[in-house]
Amino acid sequence: MSEPCEITLRINGTEHTVTVEPRRTLADVIRDDCGQTGTHIGCEHGVCGACTILLDGEPVRSCLMFAVQARGRAIRTVEGLQRGDQLHPMQEAFMRHHALQCGFCTPGFLMLAVGALEKWPDLGDEQLIDILSANLCRCTGYENIVKAVRAAAADMKARA
Amino acid sequence: MKPARFSYHAPTSVEEAVALLAELGPQDGRILAGGQSLVPAMAFRLARPAHLIDINGIAELATLQATSALVSIGACVRHAAFESDALPGAAGALLRKVVENIAHYPIRTRGTFCGSVANADPASEWCCVVAALDGVVVVRRRQGTRRVAAAQFYQGVMTTALQEDELVVAVELPMLPQGTRTGFAEFSRRKGDFAIAMALVAYRLENQAMAEPRVAVGGAEPYARRLPQAEELLRGRAPGAEVFAAAAEAAAAAVDPMEDINNTAAYRRALVRTLTRRALEGAT
Repeated sequence: MSEPCEITLRINGTEHTVTVEPRRTLADVIRDDCGQTGTHIGCEHGVCGACTILLDGEPVRSCLMFAVQARGRAIRTVEGLQRGDQLHPMQEAFMRHHALQCGFCTPGFLMLAVGALEKWPDLGDEQLIDILSANLCRCTGYENIVKAVRAAAADMKARA
Repeated sequence: MKPARFSYHAPTSVEEAVALLAELGPQDGRILAGGQSLVPAMAFRLARPAHLIDINGIAELATLQATSALVSIGACVRHAAFESDALPGAAGALLRKVVENIAHYPIRTRGTFCGSVANADPASEWCCVVAALDGVVVVRRRQGTRRVAAAQFYQGVMTTALQEDELVVAVELPMLPQGTRTGFAEFSRRKGDFAIAMALVAYRLENQAMAEPRVAVGGAEPYARRLPQAEELLRGRAPGAEVFAAAAEAAAAAVDPMEDINNTAAYRRALVRTLTRRALEGAT
């Protein structure tokens, strides 16, 4: 069917029932139809990583999936990181270490780093840098992003 | 840009998928697996399929099975599946060495081994693995199954023996004899970029001499293939710097490299020489 179809997406535990054409990417539907604009769209072809979300716990580029493919899956976006007024350790670390300037790439980096550390809490520096190389930042030059993610890794383990 | 309109089909069995493909393949229908090459092509509108047949909901295609003789990789097995210690033996070790070179982690969580094989990009690491190990591509259509050897499967840049009503359901690789040493080396300008060239080698030792040598090169030519000229120089010889250099030289001489705006044929030939030597020296 190329006609719009009704789908239900579960984003950060909340169900959003929307009617979308199959050609709509998950990134677009998360933002435009579900109103969760924390997920950013940069390149729209899978290079920049700004639209990274967690799909059943795994980091994926939400611009390289169609929304119809995400039915029944657990989607986590940057809006789902904080608990009440308490920021996620990764968000706190990004603030403390000045790991963002314009902030456009930040949601993607946060989801990538959180997804990787939830899976591998003991990531070494080399692996960490390798994983972070997936996403592009045009402001800070990565040093502070790496510092923040290292600090958050320790914090996440302490709180686990 | 945004992908053009298409009709979406989500079969839940292989039978249903090949029935859809028989009907929709001739009407510009395409298979959607991991989508990490197809969806960007659709975003650029380089690809505008009229129908997408999404095979991600077919549970039987998500299986990765190993016996003592071979490993069978189902069409929905993601690249990331090879990052763990799930596969035993020399073949498992080789796949772990190769997978970290494929794109980036969030791409590896979605992209599939068989999708990469069917897409047949010259720079695909998995295509190089399939060529090096003489893998078999298992292909289904409504009328039945056929098994295509790697040497017959690849025909050119992103061109394969696959017909429009055929679905790659699995790729089979030999498990490699115990003690087989493997090495892999590739070059790209940035981590995760498409490789400009790559080399994959395998051999085992028999009375200190190399037996069953395999040397394959990818990225340099329209499709990856074994280079018997290089293999012959290894067969029956003891591993060492001189014999490795000779085999690397033979590999460089044997290829007919592609040229593009950034890379001359001579540059790719030099890379083949260096990477073949590195793969041999690094083989474990």
